[in-house]
Amino acid sequence: MTPQWIAVIGTSLLAFTLKYLGHSVPASWLSHPRIQRINTLIPIVLLTALVAVNSVTVKTKIIFDHRLAGLAVAVTALLFKLPFPVIVAGAAIGSAIAYHYKY
Amino acid sequence: MSVKRDSFSLSFAVGAYGTAFGAASVTAHFTVLQSCILSLLTFSGASQFAVIGVLGAGGSAISGIATATLLGSRNALYGLRMAPILKVRGLKRIVAAQVTIDESTAIATAQKDEADQVTGFWHTGFGVFVFWNIFTLLGALGAKAIGNPSAWGLDAAVPAAFIGLVWPRLTDRKSRLIAGAAVLLSLALVPIAPAGVPIITTALLAIIVGWRA
Repeated sequence: MTPQWIAVIGTSLLAFTLKYLGHSVPASWLSHPRIQRINTLIPIVLLTALVAVNSVTVKTKIIFDHRLAGLAVAVTALLFKLPFPVIVAGAAIGSAIAYHYKY
Repeated sequence: MSVKRDSFSLSFAVGAYGTAFGAASVTAHFTVLQSCILSLLTFSGASQFAVIGVLGAGGSAISGIATATLLGSRNALYGLRMAPILKVRGLKRIVAAQVTIDESTAIATAQKDEADQVTGFWHTGFGVFVFWNIFTLLGALGAKAIGNPSAWGLDAAVPAAFIGLVWPRLTDRKSRLIAGAAVLLSLALVPIAPAGVPIITTALLAIIVGWRA
């Protein structure tokens, strides 16, 4: 089995388990303020790390390339409060243009 | 019935961005079938992007699963919130659990009337599910058809999707500081840790900061 298949099956099983647990455990189990606080911060750190790693790394090296142009477009679109599809498509266009001009 | 109309428009808007997921997933060397299975079974945008993002950057299956699962943990808290409103058991609870995501919970909890909360949850849950899966397939097939993903900028679509997901959460000084720390920590680890590890390690920041309030 390829790593991709392991990841697809493992992620799916655990994602459902978490959803189902929420519907099934007594409310007091997950309502501790510490759990709530950590749960708010987890997506912030993981998603930001995913932005960083997917923008400027290739394997174990830091590499600045055309993807940064795409990221700049995405940030600009976010500052103008444009909708999600515009952010993603704009980033792709910006990156593709930079790629063709060999940045 | 404005709750049904709201549910539909939100479902379509969110579902359409399944195109970005499908394209990003194929760009990260997942097959079209694997991309579709992730949307059908995982059905949680941030977790899906995380698993393809980690493996696409060369990370192991374990670090991909761990990162995606940590991101999916908020769905457990949504379930906790929805359970007393929905009051479902058996098969219905299994279906309700699967469509417990950001959007279905958000629409439901925005309603005052209890019947509207239930309607909003199911309509948004099913609506996003249907559109998200249709558009995942379209995005995956599209990305497969166009060849070199860099030439079409698709390698930048992945970080753009992540920044779009995290941006609305950076509402105060504390969240921006911890986000900045996560960038520094992850990039500092990239040259020395196996791929995928730099991302999951930032969860420690959330635990340390969240522990002390």
